Amino acid sequence: MSHPALSIPAFAVPHAITPLLEVQDLQVHFGSKPAVRGISFTVHEGETLALVGESGSGKSMTALSVMGLLPDGGRASGTIRFAGRDTSTLSPAARRALRGGEIGMIFQEPMTSLNPVMTIGAQIVEALRQHQPLSRTAAKARALELIDLVRIPDPKRRFQDYPHQLSGGMRQRVMIAMAVACGPRLLIADEPTTALDVTIQAQVLELLDRLRRDLSMAVLLITHDLGVVGQWADRVAVMYAGRKVEEGDPSALFALPLHPYTQGLLRASPRLDDAQHYTQGPLTEIPGSIASAAGQDGCAFAPRCPQAVAACRAAVPSLRILESGRKVACPLAHQD
Amino acid sequence: MPLLSITDLSTHFRLPDGALRALDGVSLEVEAGETLGIVGESGCGKSTLGKTILRLVEPTAGAIAFDGDDITALPTGKLAPYRRRAQMVFQDPFASLNPRHTVAKILGDPLKVHGIGGLHERRRRVEDMLRRVGLGPDALDRYPHEFSGGQRQRIGIARALILEPDLVICDEPVSALDLSIQAQTLNLLARMKADLGLSYIFISHDLSVVRYFTDRVVVMYLGRIVESAPTRGLWARPLHPYTRALMASVPDPAQGRIALPLKGDLPSPQDIPRGCRFHPRCPLATDLCRSSEPELRDAGDGQSIACHHA
Ligand SMILES: Nc1ncnc2c1ncn2[C@@H]1O[C@H](COP(=O)(O)OP(=O)(O)OP(=O)(O)O)[C@@H](O)[C@H]1O
Ligand SMILES: Nc1ncnc2c1ncn2[C@@H]1O[C@H](COP(=O)(O)OP(=O)(O)OP(=O)(O)O)[C@@H](O)[C@H]1O
Ligand code: SF4
Ligand code: SF4
Ligand SMILES: [Mg+2]
Ligand SMILES: [Mg+2]
Repeated sequence: MSHPALSIPAFAVPHAITPLLEVQDLQVHFGSKPAVRGISFTVHEGETLALVGESGSGKSMTALSVMGLLPDGGRASGTIRFAGRDTSTLSPAARRALRGGEIGMIFQEPMTSLNPVMTIGAQIVEALRQHQPLSRTAAKARALELIDLVRIPDPKRRFQDYPHQLSGGMRQRVMIAMAVACGPRLLIADEPTTALDVTIQAQVLELLDRLRRDLSMAVLLITHDLGVVGQWADRVAVMYAGRKVEEGDPSALFALPLHPYTQGLLRASPRLDDAQHYTQGPLTEIPGSIASAAGQDGCAFAPRCPQAVAACRAAVPSLRILESGRKVACPLAHQD
Repeated sequence: MPLLSITDLSTHFRLPDGALRALDGVSLEVEAGETLGIVGESGCGKSTLGKTILRLVEPTAGAIAFDGDDITALPTGKLAPYRRRAQMVFQDPFASLNPRHTVAKILGDPLKVHGIGGLHERRRRVEDMLRRVGLGPDALDRYPHEFSGGQRQRIGIARALILEPDLVICDEPVSALDLSIQAQTLNLLARMKADLGLSYIFISHDLSVVRYFTDRVVVMYLGRIVESAPTRGLWARPLHPYTRALMASVPDPAQGRIALPLKGDLPSPQDIPRGCRFHPRCPLATDLCRSSEPELRDAGDGQSIACHHA
């Protein structure tokens, strides 16, 4: 099976070690309400960085800021560099060309990001022709290939379908087809496999991984599925209340989480191997909710943290780099 | 008497180039207080099953009985009492919440429509339900688009539970949630079940969640049930080749990449293979499988399977 041709990069990478994406101190506010409170990270060519964290912690807003697609009322500050260039210096036309061209995005909500009155075939064709000089016939042939690539059975028939005629998982795969249509250098995938069963999920992730290898595509993967992170990500960053609280190698981080939030997150999972059942007792929760972070001085996790001490409420803990390379934003966390 | 009983239920969508058999002769029962899990690959008809049970999609054939009453032929105008007792949490929370309504209205309207409580009582119930799903009262006057994905999913759950129904069909209720909110939500659903004596039909592709949260599981393939068993029994002894393949595909954070046990794609429901519908992908398929469709048969201990050879 072939995949879409590489699009020609609009500007060359100045130096091989310059990260493809570099986000510095990104903040997002809705009015006075903070959604992202100063996050920094990098993604290199061919690398997969996973972003995990509490629902509402700002993962989608971080992704949308990179795309320049924040919803109305959202204001971003900080620096976002793509291939060495500050995106805020780009003209609106250059930014539009970047979106869907060099940066592809799979949005979290497949139904609202597909046009309900257009067949999925027509939508993929349109996405292709916006960024590539293709004839109608060539674009259609490529669209059929893409539908096949994301493992939707019977592409010719499905080409004619409207979004409501597809199952939840098929809509998600159409989104994936559109996001990779132009062979992006960076793919931002916001919960790309939530609606997919294990078999299709594995096939789709394998596909994304192949594109990553073949096109040196970088992937910013947002997911709450730690199994997916463990299998596919090179690095994982954990977010809580708009900040990064921990970052490191996935298998090391899951084996020995250091931040109390990450520890709580891992304990909350129903594990297949020990056959827990609801009749025997509830799952381990992190008590309270992320809403308690609002207006909190110091560590945002303090109201829910079993290890909190008075000092935690005095100042926002800074991200420390430990010997192992792990980064953690909690002064009490240590590795022994 | 089971709370819900469906017999030979089929839903075919008529398309320009022929019928699409999304649901193709499914029979099952849900006892009061029971949680029935539904698993199966994307496109196998899980959501269609849920929507057909609630008559949000009309069945092509078969019967639906709820608490002994035949719901199948009830005129739409007479469905209100049924809809109060049977609710659904939709798979796509974005599409199922009205973007122009505040959360207060989204949760208050079902109460109003069914004539429950005065203004104050309704407000109290709405606030109480919001708190239970982990959202603060400041959510009341906000619109769906102002919430994150997981927060919207919880609004959908609150809307389904606010009428205190007897049966809730949960279509992927926790798949958009991170693990800690997922744990809170499953604990909430379990608490509501204990408090209200609810029954759930729990559709999910996350097998660890299904194993934790359900009493019995039905495995679907291309619009049909291929295996049905008590949850514990199914994991102890999965019989159908398809069930075994599904279970072998689960990723684990501690493990490296797994080889995919299930090759090939789910065929189109417009072109269902003859004989056993799983035969093109089945490692055990024989000539018999290619010519004759296996019926669901008893395999002991409450388990039943549709396979000639397992
Ligand atoms: N349009 C909006 N107006 C106001 N607040 C918003 C808006 N969109 C998002 N928010 C808020 O911003 C915060 C971060 O939201 P975001 O969607 O980034 O969360 P997330 O980490 O992606 O969560 P999830 O895992 O549930 O998708 C949330 O508290 C949310 O309520
Ligand atoms: N309104 C419709 N018109 C035509 N076909 C439909 C319609 N709704 C569903 N289908 C088709 O019926 C089949 C079953 O869809 P359904 O949504 O029930 O699958 P599902 O098991 O819920 O999948 P998923 O896990 O992806 O949500 C699919 O082939 C789908 O394309
Ligand atoms: S800084 Fe204090 S409150 Fe925050 S995670 Fe660490 S111990 Fe807990
Ligand atoms: S009936 Fe035959 S093809 Fe079908 S699942 Fe059983 S062995 Fe496989
Ligand atoms: Mg999100
Ligand atoms: Mg579905």
